[in-house]
Amino acid sequence: MPYTITVNGARRTIDVDGDMPLLWVLRDELDLKGSKFGCGAALCGACTVHLDGKPVRSCVTPIAAVGAASVTTIEGMADHPQGRRLQTAWMALDVPQCGYCQAGQIMSAAALLAATPHPTDADIDRAMAGNVCRCATYPRIRAAIKQAAEGA
Amino acid sequence: MNAIAPAASRRFFLKASLAAGGGLLLQAALPGAPRAASSAPVAAQANEDAALTAFVRIAPDGTVTIMSKNPEIGQGIKTMLPMVIAEELDADWKDVRIEQAPVNAAAFGRQFAGGSMATPLNYEPMRRVGAAARMMLLRAAALDWNVSPDECTTTPGIVHHAATSRAQPYGALASRAASLPVPDLAEVPLKDPAKFRLIGKPMPGVDNAKIVTGQKLFGIDVTRPRMLHAVFEKCPVFGGKVKSANLEAVKALPGVHDAFIVRASEANRAGHAEGVADGVAIVAKNWWTAQKARGTLKVEWDEGPAAAQSSTGFAQEAARLAKGAPAASLRRDGDPEAALANAAHVVEAAYSYPFLPHISLEPQNCTAEVRDGRAVLWAPTQNPDPGIALVAATLGISQGSVTVNMTRCGGGFGRRLKNDMLAEAAWIARRAGAPVKLLWSRQDDIRHDFYRPAGFHFFKGGVDANGKLVALTDHFVTFGRGGTTADSAAMDASEFPAGLVPNLAYGQSMIPLAVPTGPLRAPRSNALGFVFQSFIDELAHAAGQDPVEFRLALLGERRVPARSFFRTDRLRAFDTGRMHDVLAAVAEMSGWKDRAGLPRRTAMGVAFYFSHFGYFAEVVQVTVAASGEIRLDKVWIAADVGSQIINPSGAVTQVQGAALDGLGAALGQAVTIENGRVAQANFDTVRPLRMNQAPPVEVRFLTTPHPPTGLGEPALPPVIPALCNAIFAATGVRVRSLPIDTAALREGAASL
Ligand code: FES
Ligand code: FES
Repeated sequence: MPYTITVNGARRTIDVDGDMPLLWVLRDELDLKGSKFGCGAALCGACTVHLDGKPVRSCVTPIAAVGAASVTTIEGMADHPQGRRLQTAWMALDVPQCGYCQAGQIMSAAALLAATPHPTDADIDRAMAGNVCRCATYPRIRAAIKQAAEGA
Repeated sequence: MNAIAPAASRRFFLKASLAAGGGLLLQAALPGAPRAASSAPVAAQANEDAALTAFVRIAPDGTVTIMSKNPEIGQGIKTMLPMVIAEELDADWKDVRIEQAPVNAAAFGRQFAGGSMATPLNYEPMRRVGAAARMMLLRAAALDWNVSPDECTTTPGIVHHAATSRAQPYGALASRAASLPVPDLAEVPLKDPAKFRLIGKPMPGVDNAKIVTGQKLFGIDVTRPRMLHAVFEKCPVFGGKVKSANLEAVKALPGVHDAFIVRASEANRAGHAEGVADGVAIVAKNWWTAQKARGTLKVEWDEGPAAAQSSTGFAQEAARLAKGAPAASLRRDGDPEAALANAAHVVEAAYSYPFLPHISLEPQNCTAEVRDGRAVLWAPTQNPDPGIALVAATLGISQGSVTVNMTRCGGGFGRRLKNDMLAEAAWIARRAGAPVKLLWSRQDDIRHDFYRPAGFHFFKGGVDANGKLVALTDHFVTFGRGGTTADSAAMDASEFPAGLVPNLAYGQSMIPLAVPTGPLRAPRSNALGFVFQSFIDELAHAAGQDPVEFRLALLGERRVPARSFFRTDRLRAFDTGRMHDVLAAVAEMSGWKDRAGLPRRTAMGVAFYFSHFGYFAEVVQVTVAASGEIRLDKVWIAADVGSQIINPSGAVTQVQGAALDGLGAALGQAVTIENGRVAQANFDTVRPLRMNQAPPVEVRFLTTPHPPTGLGEPALPPVIPALCNAIFAATGVRVRSLPIDTAALREGAASL
């Protein structure tokens, strides 16, 4: 059935089954490939997007559950105050290795900074533990979050 | 096209020509063959001379396009090798654009990501490519100005003639340069490393801006017009065959285009280990629809003989084999039995490690279009050349009819050296008659891997009254058949400390295996480092010696091994002095001497390992809670990979990542085989390291007068034994089996 959702500020209508996860709507229907598939089971965070500013795992979020919530993806992060600073810090500290997890990392970090502008290490551990980086760029992710927080 | 003219010398020459748009196109070509086709004999010669080709293009506006020859899997190669070319070219990095090169071994040499080989194989050849291009620009300017090229110099992107204060940017010189003969690569002068501007400076990844903004880069992001999406359900038991499947019910699902049985007997006639296995393909309008249809799919399998295999069965068989003599001797020095009988202290220990999956975060995938006898693929592969051969064999077409486009890989770790996903995608796409993106689920990825093989080591070691290691024996029980070990399941006769212990025997027995195995980051070393460096730690404690001092004594005097002619052999020989130095450095960095002051159940462990030509010594500090829970406090790493760190930013992150990778595997990863199938399916049971577990990792590179070598792997092997040795120091419990069982580390468990 048709669903109309707001993605990065734009209204988009798609005709899909209600149980189709938001991740696959974004990737295959709307051709927004920034959100990544890693596990399909809320275990890796690669698919993290924001629903009304809150981080969710889009691989387990059915399109029918999105409703009127505003969806923000990595493609919309340049217009997100914390997202933009995080992107800058990520590049300055050369965080990515393969880069596959990094969209999800930035989405989780942006939600963290929006709620906690100056996070402690424990805050970072809590907010980021759901985001796997198989290349283990964790030391730089931590440093980049702190650098972005300093610019707040 | 035949690439080699009959009279061609074996040397490759650079060839210049005008690029579209009037710029300089610098390529290496064989005489008489401006563009070499990819064919096997040419590739073999290319290896020999490290073939070069169309690496550099310069546009009239000064934009320098540099080709990145190898697959990018997160090792930073797409940044590093172009830096090397740009350095000698004296290009301004801000003018440089990087393109992923097409797969063409004749033009680019072997294109793969493995073995930490990119630096040793490419460092000097890529410098020569850059230097030759710069020389042509110098000569072009000299001709314009009617001066000698020797009087001309460059600053980034500009040729100067100081005497007449003239200068021309590269862009203005490029088309003239392209008309000039090309200097002999072997003769071009290289920069004095002291004058490097780019090499040795931290350089962020060239794709970072795309990565942090979510642009399309990876194999999974590929789209093609009219593209369909596929899943491929294989038998959970390795080698199992399809008996029947409810295809009609699946095909009737909305959005499903087709469902069909794929038979290895047709798609993999040669029985290639990476070839297509039996299974059922579902092709649908989008991936979610295909994946969901698996819920309806019911397949009856003939599981075959592999269903009898299990990890517990392997362990029982290993224990049984250990009671007897090894089936084969790998090495025997002195008289180990007599030396053990006379030793002051004898230690006996059985070690084991599990099968491991690769779990690259981007699940395996490939997009394929097969039409009119030609196949075009977009693949996140570490090893495209064998992929082309495999696809050609799968489809029964010539290799020249197969094109593989390399995409960025969301991790590799050795998994993408195997090209099974390419063969599957090609077969399914041909049958579907449309472009198809095949994407595996995480469960597919964990259950159909080429695993790091499990293994078992039964050690005896003896130290004399002076605490010197005098005898060591290892009965290694591994997997294989008929005298041949399974992929990545072998041990060398030279495995450390062979050659340094007077009485030593390595023997081997094998268990037949139906589980596919293959290289995982630092293959063999990732397991052998754990067992040998842990057992050496046991011997140090038995000798009542400091684990660092005991290792320094074992290394003994500095020995520079015999240097053979071949560069890689020279690099492969173990230099005790280089290891001594990294060990001393890491002891100093970590404050090893003062570790007695650490709190109770907090301790350090040390280990070293030589692999991939790199010397790595590492200290891990842990705190083990009363519950047995492990906290990783810090890791210190001292490394010697030769005279030059090319990109310090990439180098540090590779070393940190490799060490953290090893720690994650030791703490939370194993694949267990039950009834011939893998018991795990996702990240809840195969646990990658997470942010809240990751300690700081301090890295120091020692600069030594040796050729630069690679960094993707060699930091991994020593970190696991360093961790286990730290756990022993903290708790008195010796970890002899992975992954680490924290229940065994509970307060008081040591005395049980
Ligand atoms: S893909 Fe959604 S959490 Fe892993
Ligand atoms: S950078 Fe590779 S998974 Fe994080």
